[in-house]
Amino acid sequence: MSSFRGFIIKEFKQIYRDTRTLIVLFGMPVIMLVLFGFAIRNEVDDVKIAVLDFSKDEVTREITHKLSASPSFELSAYLNTYDEVRDIFKAGEIKEVVVFEDDFGRKLVRDGVADVQIITDATDPNLANIVQSYTSNILRDYTNSKNSRLQIEASGITPEIRMMYNPELKSVNLFVPGIIAVILMLVSALMTSISITREKEMGNMEILLVSPLKPIHIILGKVLPYLALSIANVVVILILARFIFQVPFEGSYLFFFLEAGLFIMTALSLGVLISSSANNQQTAMMISLAGLLLPTVLLSGFIFPVESMPVPLQMISHAIPAKWFLIIVRDIMLKGSGILLLWKETFILLVTTAVLIAISLKKFKVRLQ
Amino acid sequence: MPAVEVHSIYKSFEDVKALKDISFSVEEGELYGFIGPDGAGKTTLFRILNTLLIPDEGTATVLGLDVVDDYKTIRPMLGYMPGRFSLYQDLSVQENLEFFASVFGTTISENYELVAPIYSQLEPFKNRYAGKLSGGMKQKLALSCALIHKPKLLLLDEPTTGVDAVSRKEFWEMLVDLKKQGIAIIVSTPYMDEAKLCDRVALIQEGSLMQIDTPLNIVNGYDRPILGIKSRNTYKLLQALKLYEWTHSAHPFGEFIHFTEKREKPDMIALEAFLLDNGIDDAVIKEVEPGIEDSFMALMRKEVASD
Repeated sequence: MSSFRGFIIKEFKQIYRDTRTLIVLFGMPVIMLVLFGFAIRNEVDDVKIAVLDFSKDEVTREITHKLSASPSFELSAYLNTYDEVRDIFKAGEIKEVVVFEDDFGRKLVRDGVADVQIITDATDPNLANIVQSYTSNILRDYTNSKNSRLQIEASGITPEIRMMYNPELKSVNLFVPGIIAVILMLVSALMTSISITREKEMGNMEILLVSPLKPIHIILGKVLPYLALSIANVVVILILARFIFQVPFEGSYLFFFLEAGLFIMTALSLGVLISSSANNQQTAMMISLAGLLLPTVLLSGFIFPVESMPVPLQMISHAIPAKWFLIIVRDIMLKGSGILLLWKETFILLVTTAVLIAISLKKFKVRLQ
Repeated sequence: MPAVEVHSIYKSFEDVKALKDISFSVEEGELYGFIGPDGAGKTTLFRILNTLLIPDEGTATVLGLDVVDDYKTIRPMLGYMPGRFSLYQDLSVQENLEFFASVFGTTISENYELVAPIYSQLEPFKNRYAGKLSGGMKQKLALSCALIHKPKLLLLDEPTTGVDAVSRKEFWEMLVDLKKQGIAIIVSTPYMDEAKLCDRVALIQEGSLMQIDTPLNIVNGYDRPILGIKSRNTYKLLQALKLYEWTHSAHPFGEFIHFTEKREKPDMIALEAFLLDNGIDDAVIKEVEPGIEDSFMALMRKEVASD
């Protein structure tokens, strides 16, 4: 047992002396959070809009005022005819035109119903969607504040929309769980596989094999320090997310850390598995990056929703542990779900991990061939 | 009981025959050398002895135990220094030694006496990172690490490759001292000059053992008189010697070319005249004692001729 302790102490010393890697490991989540939190956002600010008002009465002026007062919009033109809409979109500056029908205010008061048309430039479909829904929200707010009997019809149909669990559609709420998954994959799988293959490359593995250390000791000794490092990383991300980006955390922290621990074990066993087939650090890194990190980023639902992928890619995404972990984390953080709702995803992760650990223990060789 | 006994071992990697019909035995307290060029099969042989590889055919026992069946019992009794062993560069000298001591279930103080003669030279640098040590010091540290658990058999795979001449000499003096403590040592090296410090030497080439004997007997077994020839232009000299009708062999050794004739007794005067005719006017010719290198070269020639 003292030999195992010596091994762990050595691992920690090596990790803690490798300052460059440590900076990367702890700097990366911060950089990713800042990038996704501030730069890569789906919400919009100061989108230029125009108004085409055939009515020009009290009510349309009030609504127009409300639109321009919103931080999302900047009212930059008043149009007079429909023909101008096409031209103004071609110029490219203006992304949305709000059209009030003739006699808008009077119809609204008399019939309780008036038509407003929202025309958007859909060259950027995401933006068009968001702008459109913001405008609808403002219109609805206005009518509600006046009189619940009144109705403004946006293009004929009035959907009653309510966004639950992330009402402000803050993208950082969506990205934090993804970043946690990516960082855990990176620290656990990549770093473990590199650290084990380094022993092989330097010729030290031969001595470790000849020593009284059991294979399970070597694997555990390699895995435990990175487990600690990963958990520390999760804590850092959570603190940043909670206090800088005000990401909500509805569920139980204990449950969250248990699930995170489970996912870390999945990633660590993947790392051990990679190191058993790679003979040098470079190969281990290539396999980890191409085989683990890329799918985790692209296919897990971190950036692109799984539901919108073609069926073959959806099938592949089922095999990616990060996909299940993402569902779990999003549900815990945003919905406050517990094990009763997430048992299926948890079970899938558990089975995957058990299988991976079994395979990597079996594949770990007590000899060189 | 011999420390190591090997019977007719074969080992192949895919289509490469790494070891062919290897048999030898090493006595307790013997310093046993494997001499051969790179790729001769030395490392493979060491890995079979330390139980990391399984031979295709044949049997090997280490300290009376079978290398395949009893590998778990054998491993803690071995001190092994792999050829490309580079220690942990980011740990200090002392931490490296502490680590290997702890991994083998012991402490530095417990076996300090054994490593003291070697480690005492390193102690002034004990807080330096292993990556910052010179080649010679690194190998001394590696040897200390291999010794720290008091092994009964030391396996050193090319411990002096890439080490300067002075450090090599010191390293071998340490091995001779260790041998006196009763530890059997098997060491491989591509440097022939190190062989004369071994009790016995096995010459290995392309996976086969060519000769096993004491260094003295190997040298004495060499029957041809050798001439050492020196000139400013070694290349031109070598070319000229290849044209000489009596040339049996000519190999460069440092500044001299070791030359043997097909005749029983070489004719130095005739040789000098021949070289002069071929434009070499500064040739220095003298008789030299054969070394292990000469035996090795001669054995290699025989192998090639008989193939």
